[in-house]
Amino acid sequence: MNELMLLSIEKSVAGRGSNVIPAPETAAYALPDAFRRKDAPVLPQLAETDVDRHYTALAQRTYGVNCGFYPLGSCTMKYNPAVNEAAAKLPGFTGAHPLAPAHAVQGCHAVMDELAAALCEIAGMDAFTLQPAAGAQGEFFGMLCVKKYHEARGESHRVKMLVPDSAHGTNPASAAIAGFTVVSVPSRADGLVDTQALQALLDDTVAGMMMTNPNTLGLFEKDILAISRMVHKAGGLMYYDGANLNAILGQARPGDMGFDVTHFNLHKTFSTPHGGGGPGSGPVGVKQSLVPYLPTVASLGQPEGLQLKAFSGNFAVLVRALAYLKTLGKESLGDVAAHAVLNANYLMKRLTDAGFTPAIAAPCMHEFVLTLASLKESHGVSALDVAKTLIDYGIHPPTMYFPLIVHEALMFEPTETETRETLDHVADVMIRVLAQAKQNPDAMHTAPHHAVIGRPDDVKAARTPVLHW
Amino acid sequence: MEIKTDRQYSESHEWVLFENDTTATIGVTDFAQSELGDLVFVNLPQVGDTVTAGTPFADVESVKAVSDVYCPVSGTVSAVNEELLTAPQRINENAYDAWFIKVEKITDQKPLMDAEAYRTHTQA
Amino acid sequence: MSHYHPHTQADTSAMLTALGLDDTDALFADIPQSVLRKAPLSLPDGLGQMETLAAMEALADQNIRYRLTLRGAGCYDHFIPPLVSQLAGKEEFVTAYTPYQAEISQGILQAIFEYQSLICALTGMDASNAGMYDGASAAAEAAVMCRERNRTVTLVSECAHPDTLAVMRTYAYGTGHEVRVVPANDGHADLAALQTMLTGDVASLYIQQPNFFGILEDVPALFAAAKANGVKCILGANPMTLALMPSGADVGADIVCGDVQPFGIPMAYGGPSAGYLAATAAMLRKLPGRIAGQTTDAQGRRAFVLTLQAREQHIRREKATSNICTNQAHCALTAAAYLTYLGARGLQAVAERCLAHAHAFAQMLCQIDGVTMRHQGEFFHEFVTDLPVAPHRVQAALEAEGILSGLPLAGGMLWCVTEKASLAQLQRAAALVKEACAQ
Repeated sequence: MNELMLLSIEKSVAGRGSNVIPAPETAAYALPDAFRRKDAPVLPQLAETDVDRHYTALAQRTYGVNCGFYPLGSCTMKYNPAVNEAAAKLPGFTGAHPLAPAHAVQGCHAVMDELAAALCEIAGMDAFTLQPAAGAQGEFFGMLCVKKYHEARGESHRVKMLVPDSAHGTNPASAAIAGFTVVSVPSRADGLVDTQALQALLDDTVAGMMMTNPNTLGLFEKDILAISRMVHKAGGLMYYDGANLNAILGQARPGDMGFDVTHFNLHKTFSTPHGGGGPGSGPVGVKQSLVPYLPTVASLGQPEGLQLKAFSGNFAVLVRALAYLKTLGKESLGDVAAHAVLNANYLMKRLTDAGFTPAIAAPCMHEFVLTLASLKESHGVSALDVAKTLIDYGIHPPTMYFPLIVHEALMFEPTETETRETLDHVADVMIRVLAQAKQNPDAMHTAPHHAVIGRPDDVKAARTPVLHW
Repeated sequence: MEIKTDRQYSESHEWVLFENDTTATIGVTDFAQSELGDLVFVNLPQVGDTVTAGTPFADVESVKAVSDVYCPVSGTVSAVNEELLTAPQRINENAYDAWFIKVEKITDQKPLMDAEAYRTHTQA
Repeated sequence: MSHYHPHTQADTSAMLTALGLDDTDALFADIPQSVLRKAPLSLPDGLGQMETLAAMEALADQNIRYRLTLRGAGCYDHFIPPLVSQLAGKEEFVTAYTPYQAEISQGILQAIFEYQSLICALTGMDASNAGMYDGASAAAEAAVMCRERNRTVTLVSECAHPDTLAVMRTYAYGTGHEVRVVPANDGHADLAALQTMLTGDVASLYIQQPNFFGILEDVPALFAAAKANGVKCILGANPMTLALMPSGADVGADIVCGDVQPFGIPMAYGGPSAGYLAATAAMLRKLPGRIAGQTTDAQGRRAFVLTLQAREQHIRREKATSNICTNQAHCALTAAAYLTYLGARGLQAVAERCLAHAHAFAQMLCQIDGVTMRHQGEFFHEFVTDLPVAPHRVQAALEAEGILSGLPLAGGMLWCVTEKASLAQLQRAAALVKEACAQ
């Protein structure tokens, strides 16, 4: 037992608790027995001080962007501005009921209208829905739009969705749950989509193609205009996964590259916090031809169309994103991408100079991928070992083993909000780790050594799941 | 790595033990389990399902991966090794005892190798 | 005007020099010239943070701030204890990523594990995931969990929330499956109608408790009919009611889902909140989304990890049954803090006060000429009354005194009373309704 890590229920003492809510001012209502549970649910009974300390301790065993460098590739862990949080907590917003009459929530409408207009301009799209709760839900909705579009044209036989082999797992999963058959498009040795292989896949069953640009190797798909033309010529639509939008924010627009539908991740590019896994927000932008399929809200009395969640979206996340855009304005927006790409290239250069091998030896966009395959071969040290060793240096590991097409991959995305000194420090740490890998590789197989736990037994966790107390 | 001589093998690392011309037991090889690593779960078909030679009939999960298991024969599933559902480690412990399914009414099969040919295949 | 990149001119120059580049434009050499923007986007100029906050305040001020909210319909104005907001607001919780790196994320993983435990305690289920987007999408994913090769149809009561029904239809449209609506009879799911609909192609039945009209359904009878025909049972429960009411296990549910918004999460115009999704052990492997589990580290110490990951899209890709990745973790954590702070007694206190005050208010309203309960049956904290005047007139009368009325329905109103409403406030609201009805 790790004494530090007692569960709240293990700290519970019968009879403890706080009286938060007063008794009813009328007699209690006698709900019939059929609607009464026999035994009260077993929840912790803790003094207020203990609850406070319990969660404070949990926070102390959690690593946020506020704690240090967080270079998770394709996750864009940039600084989450405090002013955005302040805006999201304004009582006028937090107290708004989603089904309040329209005149009572004009502020909410204004936030959504302003944000949607700004996203249209940033994306080069004609309309945006803010309803999707996350990037994957945006993808799902985008796929449904593509499906509706083909159905309306009497082309329901278009069932094939093309997805590059470097894509994030949500892409094929989203296409599949929208009813498409996923066809993988191979990448060339230079990490870009193999346009010849793509041409061979294009026939009259193609519904569209999903792309991330820059792709998950951090490379801009230079042939994007040709790819869009090819897919359009075959009758398909182009979907832009905005996971890597930070690389081109204000510099180039998906709509100008030939994309017909796109989602953005407000929790990546637009600085809203990740919250330990969510909430995010995945607004979807479309060209005019897809506008008829934008989501509706049944409870607001709109004629039923596609709907992804109750009400209008993760509104408080939208508030944060709008505050971010208001602060940056048009001048600073393009600087985001410039400095994100500058930071990534600078760190890649320092690591390459120090003896690490990039998966693709070319300038990168906002992120880059190292391959540790040769280190694994020569000294038995894996990408996992390096990642876990970084924890002992107080650095959050980069994304590991992704994209799948790179062996022993470590994917770094520093974002624009890191200083040159931080990047230099991280490079210096990586140099020490590389030296350690060559001199004392065994110690790295059991890293981290200074975290609250050592490496957990994942096999045991999966074979004999313990999922609650 | 163990390769038993009493049975036949597919290119995709399944073993087939024929009882007679139309009935066989199927599992994955010792080579396959060692490549897959510690298995944590198995998805199996149901008795009565039709299986087709060369298509997946089950999948096996390790902590960070999932892999299809291909059926070397076409037929009808007559039995399923339900022990694997709660104890997938049996496959790691002894891949040749840890059968996945029994198939009856076999009508077709993929080309299969004997033990010697399979050993060569795994070394290629 | 403000920005968050820390580079000085000297930094940028030095870094460009290290890269052998002349200017930052060179960083975008791979973008085709015809696509690369030559001019800034057509957006407003940037603001100083002081101005940003003032601009956001001006927007927030365009909303009406009600002193009392008598509207629910899926989003509820409960009291949020300051401690809960304070704990959930801890920056590590707010700014962390998904805890894939367990050693550096034990706090958030334990918080998820405790959230799952609390949901299991309330629902009586064997396993809970780490949360879904919201109650509606949780219901849609629950329906996916129940589909089998020959049983694919989902039955949904007409008394479910209209958004839930629309979202379930949307998800079913994706995979080409069918949703059939079980008709309502006096604000209840019609058991007799249901019995004729339990055909061999039906996979699951979804019943919302309390239903959209606030009525408590006879869930055991509905589920017994479904089970007798081999149909899986999904209970969509307002989790606040589970403080007092039978758990999902008690009524025979295979899956229990809903929205944890009542547990310390502000209404915020409907989001974010989090959906909860819990199931029996038999359905564990079909649960979508992230799940935290307890294990040990190499030294045998307790450790928490994300587990059963091979179910998920990042591993199973196009074969995954759900595409969920980012969820609503921070809202789930908030709900866990709320439940941990209140405990069972505190939660029961909230529920009892909702129940008592809602029934008191219903009684006050029914003393007004022309105001009657629309449906027969027990309710929790929501109910529908018919009104003798157009509902928008009642809405306007209450709004004049800073009260958000119930939700206008055709010829009536769906009211909701939470623990926040004092008896005096309810009496005043009833008086205003009476005046509006007399005009």
